Amino acid sequence: MSTITNTIFSPELAERFDKLVTIYPVRRSALIPMLLYAQDEVGYVSEAVIQEIAKRLDLFDLEVRSVLSYYSMLRTKPAGKYNIQVCTNISCMLRGGYEILDHCKSKLGIGHKQTTADGQFSLEEVECIGACCWAPAMQVNYDFHEDLTPAKVDEILAGYSDGKGAK
Amino acid sequence: MADVTITVDGKKITAPAGTLLIEVCKGAGIEIPAFCYYPGLSLQAACRMCVVRQEKVPKLQTACTTQVAEGQVFFTDTPEVIQSRKAMLQMILANHPLDCPVCDAGGECELQDMSFKYGVADSFFAEPKNHREEQKWSPVVYFDRPRCILCYRCVRVCGEGMDDFALGVQNRNSSSIIAPNVPAHLSGVVENGVELAQLDCEQCGMCIDVCPVGALTSGTYRYKTRPWEMNHVATICTHCGDGCKTTLGVRSTSDGSEIVRGDNRDKSGINGDFLCNKGRYAFDFANSTERITQPLVRQANGEMKAVSWEEALSYVGKKLAQLRDSRGGKSIGVIGGNRLTNEEAYLLQKFARSVLQTNNIDHHRTADYVAFAQALAGTTDRTASLRDTLTAKAVLMVGGDPTNQNPATAWNLRTAVRLNGAKLYIANTAEIKLRRQAKAFLHVSEFGYGALVAYLTGDDSSASSAVADVNALSSFRDAIKAEENPLILIGSELRGAELKHLIDFGLAIPGAKFALLGDYANSRGAADMGLLPDMLPGYSRIGPIETQPFDSKTAMEFAAPTEQGLDMLEIFDAAAAGDLSALYVVGSNPIARYGVDPASLRNTFVVVQEMFLTETAALADVILPAANLYEKSGSVTNSYGDLQQVKKAADRAGVRTDFEMIVRIADKMGADVRKLVPFGTGVRADMGQTRGAQSGEADRHAVWLTANNLEPRLSPFDPYAILDEIQRLVPGYGLMRLQLLSGNDQHLSPSATAVTDNNGLCQISNRRDLILPSNDTLFTSGTLGRYSAMLSDLRQNEALRRLPQTDQTAAD
Ligand code: SF4
Ligand code: SF4
Ligand code: SF4
Ligand code: FES
Ligand code: FES
Repeated sequence: MSTITNTIFSPELAERFDKLVTIYPVRRSALIPMLLYAQDEVGYVSEAVIQEIAKRLDLFDLEVRSVLSYYSMLRTKPAGKYNIQVCTNISCMLRGGYEILDHCKSKLGIGHKQTTADGQFSLEEVECIGACCWAPAMQVNYDFHEDLTPAKVDEILAGYSDGKGAK
Repeated sequence: MADVTITVDGKKITAPAGTLLIEVCKGAGIEIPAFCYYPGLSLQAACRMCVVRQEKVPKLQTACTTQVAEGQVFFTDTPEVIQSRKAMLQMILANHPLDCPVCDAGGECELQDMSFKYGVADSFFAEPKNHREEQKWSPVVYFDRPRCILCYRCVRVCGEGMDDFALGVQNRNSSSIIAPNVPAHLSGVVENGVELAQLDCEQCGMCIDVCPVGALTSGTYRYKTRPWEMNHVATICTHCGDGCKTTLGVRSTSDGSEIVRGDNRDKSGINGDFLCNKGRYAFDFANSTERITQPLVRQANGEMKAVSWEEALSYVGKKLAQLRDSRGGKSIGVIGGNRLTNEEAYLLQKFARSVLQTNNIDHHRTADYVAFAQALAGTTDRTASLRDTLTAKAVLMVGGDPTNQNPATAWNLRTAVRLNGAKLYIANTAEIKLRRQAKAFLHVSEFGYGALVAYLTGDDSSASSAVADVNALSSFRDAIKAEENPLILIGSELRGAELKHLIDFGLAIPGAKFALLGDYANSRGAADMGLLPDMLPGYSRIGPIETQPFDSKTAMEFAAPTEQGLDMLEIFDAAAAGDLSALYVVGSNPIARYGVDPASLRNTFVVVQEMFLTETAALADVILPAANLYEKSGSVTNSYGDLQQVKKAADRAGVRTDFEMIVRIADKMGADVRKLVPFGTGVRADMGQTRGAQSGEADRHAVWLTANNLEPRLSPFDPYAILDEIQRLVPGYGLMRLQLLSGNDQHLSPSATAVTDNNGLCQISNRRDLILPSNDTLFTSGTLGRYSAMLSDLRQNEALRRLPQTDQTAAD
């Protein structure tokens, strides 16, 4: 196991990673959870994140990149403070998911995978987020918002703008 | 494993249980199409072209992953199977461009072949094709993304085969893409404002080789010609001592024929699947515009003037005869090369000894083959073939760095570890890359090989001078001693007594076999053929006839002086002392290699046979423009002692082979050429009668005649005339003609006379620099390498290596 001096992660996360690599039969199985946790802490998967994780798992940087590029929820550029993921998969689509997406686009003035100039919001069109029963749905960071209408979206966005955070 | 019987298309086939169905079918002559499957690499089952119907199994099965078991029944050719393959092709072709008319792979493309076979002319896909511009990843590797069919052969061959892991797969689904290891935003390479991804790797081109389509293309060959416009000649790589078969694609030009491609076309060589960057790309020196193509003679005013061959040769002949007669043969020195054929090397020493009457003959010794042969004197079956590196169960490697210096050896060792679980033990002063495959790696202290060898042979007190970590030593020694039939590979840094003692250690292990890794295509052959001041061909010591072993036929037939001559260093010492009247250099650059002071040759008549104006040629009184190994026929012997045939591929107007030049000089000196080259013997001429209808095909009758020594050697320039003599006289060279002529390799063991006194060895330990390992890297190849534009591009590219060289390893 490579010892990591000068980790780029917080002491808590570094400790978590030290443990994580020991609990799988094969070290590299820890790759995806590590990428997700790292993304949560750093905001995105930066070059430094790739390199440190590769080192921790004895992988080539290229292998980390290959896995990283496979998953759409992993990103290599910073997102907004609030990352809005609007579902347009079948249930949401039938119940107006595209309308919600278009509404977000015009409201925020940004498109898919873009970030507002002030860095507050970013927008993504995503596949099913598992909230079909309450379609249309969207996810902002780790918060779910369901049974959406354009008016409800306005309210939610205003809430985030006012710094209210969670729903 | 036990044999099982299966039925394929109604035919009963027996094969060991667990064999892959695709291999079983191949063996039985049933063709199963496959894009992703590649023998020896991990299974991928990505392309689904190999699907077959298996009885009692609901879905079609992939033959590349199905292991055979008793009683299985398969159908490979039903309408259902064909329809499925057709559908797969349509998917693959959905994004595939209509590039065939310009694609490098056109005519040699597995996708073309399959499309032709399954007739998928129409497509259900109306969507526009996903197009991307081609990318240059390195001077030699280009990627044309739309052509890629995502078989992942390249990814696997680079990771598993090369241990380089420089290629990966990124994104997913129809946007999947093969990506090199330096991403665009880190490469620092910008073209037209766009950052370009780059490959930081060994540049072997194996990925290009295995690519079934034209997605990966080679920097030297791309867009140059079409496969059917070339002639393909399989010959031996001129670079390192492994002696890979490389197939050169040649094309006529106004002044001969040029080489446009090097590849591993039929995989029939000793190197199997492998070819490194040098065998693949570094043929371009042959096409260089810097080549000398006219004989040059130095005039009274010091200038070199182009003259006719007749004039140059007469001048050389006259001058050499006169110097021999006035100052004696002992005043003449001869230096041969490491890329001459065996026939040329043999002829050169014979010419030196019998015509020039001197034993002052040597070559740049890249490894101590003399000590090697002497240490093994009297043994049988103790020398390893390159082929053994693929099959050995245990290998000890002391010194050397095959990854850089003997890439085919490295490839074989990695393969043996990966596929056969071979155990690799490495002792080296450097942390060479192959240690990643080693079961045990011993980090030897600087200059510690002598101590290590002493320790191995039982002198425990030398442990601390051999390694820093003494604890690892005894288990290392014990492990090796416990191995059966190990292969012992020795790097060229071990010489003289060290080398001998290591071999003595190994000889005590039952079945151990040895190889000494030198450099260049025929370094071993040069030594075997007696380009040595103290040895006749086959390592028999020069001396008065009565001291010769009874079987030294060479000594009996040679009118060689009986005193040992001067070696390489002594020749130049003699020159400096004003005692060298003439120096004849054939394909060597000793001035640069041995750092000779040019002034020492002031009063020496220097004749140089060369392709380029090297440091040595620059001092010559006469330069004779020479052909290179790709422009001549004959045989070479690799580091291991594997003899292979060299075939003439290219041609350049104005140059001649070294063989021809030696014969012509001898003639001009008034020597009896018939004695030098025994031509005109044999009993039956084939004046082309067997050709006719078969013209252009292998002329089997002529091959048979030649093989049986029935073909008269009609010309004094026929290398086979000398090969006859080599076969007859040189101990250890009792070769099989048919094997040679059909392009196969055969293993020869040197058969030296044992050293009874210690003279043979101590000379070397006193003067280590006589044996001068060339320490070439992947991108250098002695003096010759400097004239390869592609190698110099690769050296520059290497200097920009972008990735930190870390200890990253493959995950599993
Ligand atoms: S050239 Fe060789 S080392 Fe480089 S990517 Fe291709 S296979 Fe790998
Ligand atoms: S580049 Fe060639 S070898 Fe590599 S995945 Fe694509 S088609 Fe296969
Ligand atoms: S491994 Fe040696 S012989 Fe083989 S292609 Fe490379 S340089 Fe030539
Ligand atoms: S389809 Fe939108 S949450 Fe499942
Ligand atoms: S060869 Fe079997 S799936 Fe590709």
